[in-house]
Amino acid sequence: MKVLVAVKRVVDYNVKIRVKADKTGVETANVKFSMNPFDEIAVEQAVRLKEAGTATEVVVVSIGPAQAQETIRTALAMGADRGIHVQTDAEVQPLAVAKLLKAIVANENPTLVIVGKQAIDDDCSQTGQMLAALLGWSQGTFASKVDLKDGTVAVTREVDGGLETVDLKLPAIVTTDLRLNEPRYASLPNIMKAKKKPIDATTAEALGVDIASRLITLKVEEPAKRQGGKKVGSIAELVDKLKNEARVI
Amino acid sequence: MALLVIAEHANSELKAATLNVVTAAKEIGGEIHVLVAGSNAKPAAEAAAKVAGVSKVLLADAPIYEHRLAEDLAALVVKLAPGYSHVLAPATTSGKNFLPRVAALLDVAQISDISAVVSPDTFVRPIYAGNALATVQSKDATKIITVRGTGFAAADATGGSAGIETIEAAPSSGLSTFVSQELSKSERPELTSARVIISGGRGMQNGENFKLLEEVADKLGAAVGASRAAVDAGFVPNDYQVGQTGKIVAPELYVAVGISGAIQHLAGMKDSKVIVAINKDEEAPIFQIADYGVVGDLFKLVPELSAELDKVK
Repeated sequence: MKVLVAVKRVVDYNVKIRVKADKTGVETANVKFSMNPFDEIAVEQAVRLKEAGTATEVVVVSIGPAQAQETIRTALAMGADRGIHVQTDAEVQPLAVAKLLKAIVANENPTLVIVGKQAIDDDCSQTGQMLAALLGWSQGTFASKVDLKDGTVAVTREVDGGLETVDLKLPAIVTTDLRLNEPRYASLPNIMKAKKKPIDATTAEALGVDIASRLITLKVEEPAKRQGGKKVGSIAELVDKLKNEARVI
Repeated sequence: MALLVIAEHANSELKAATLNVVTAAKEIGGEIHVLVAGSNAKPAAEAAAKVAGVSKVLLADAPIYEHRLAEDLAALVVKLAPGYSHVLAPATTSGKNFLPRVAALLDVAQISDISAVVSPDTFVRPIYAGNALATVQSKDATKIITVRGTGFAAADATGGSAGIETIEAAPSSGLSTFVSQELSKSERPELTSARVIISGGRGMQNGENFKLLEEVADKLGAAVGASRAAVDAGFVPNDYQVGQTGKIVAPELYVAVGISGAIQHLAGMKDSKVIVAINKDEEAPIFQIADYGVVGDLFKLVPELSAELDKVK
């Protein structure tokens, strides 16, 4: 069985982002980028399926500028077999990403597609669900456990009240949550090996997908700053302030 | 054209998250209909009919909607959507699960997690863990929106008298089946609607020590939350997590205990009215946003807080 994983290159989770002065977006020049953390979990899960003998091949897709190839290489170093790079410098919104992935699924025929539950840049949390809809497949979002069986996959989902387990008909889409696994660090020999693994390049035009944005960003601003930083000397003083100054208890 | 709000409910009761979405719908403007899709969900539909500002409740009552599986719920909403200008759901794990599916089937974008309404086609949504606010405009015919509860006050749960119209279920997709759920049972308020929250982080050291927080929580009528670090370490279940990828909360009072304050955690609670931080590391970033910080050993300070609360009550 083939597993397809989609990965996104995003501003690293440790970077404190800055809004551009002209309010058109956030500063991305000279900023560290890395693989979206939830997508790392997706890659790890796929590689584990291969190591367990359940998956026969792990294909990694990334959509984005030339540097997205580095993100694909990271996934290959973790153990994925080959990559597909959909090259574009344009902003690609979740619906367009889902359409591109649908076109790739048509070529690749995977049994399982694993993606991160959300990208930490736009925080949309849409792509997996949209891809499932476009393909008419089942979906297991926010997964903390994935158990493949014959023709179905049981997915345990992190929901607001706790955990929920659903049984999905294969082929299916799974989106990963934090507790699904702990992604490995690629070893140096595997990083070297990954350099030799193939990455196919393609484009939205070649896949026949219109990726024009549906949402127009009018402006991006910084949120109001909180005035914090006050300290109190004791718990007695804290309780007094909460009662008599803030009046919240 | 009217707006359709998809109710969050547990069949026997309407969930509070629905009320914030009704307020967002009011700000957009237009007649508000609420869809209750469930199984034996008449009590939830009756509660929705009483919400101030709701003019009609659609009740789709069928066994396939008992657990609101995304595949089947989306199919129903897609059938109804052409009659509406906007379809809104709370940005809960349920809303986030089925609504993108609806958007894709309608070939429209989804506007995720709006925190303000600028006009019927323009909305504000946080990006980068809330470190930036994007104002986005949608040109799509139907606006598909999830609503961040903390951005909108709850609509009045009483005062309305909408009619309830029973509608047909859509055919089941047969793609997925519900197996089981393990829901955390607690007498305390839900995190997303609690007036006071006390959260613990890695500094709690283990799950047993969360009892210290529970004791304070019970004196304040508070919910108990946690940082990702505490959840990842297995101290408490996943549904306690507050942060960018967990729950977004904005209570009157948020007490962060043994939480250093990673941006991903701050993303989930920085809109709280008053923030208290208790941490032994005076350099911890949480202090920068706290209204009141106490530096010291939480194992000494939290019992002290508990005792001090007895004195003022």
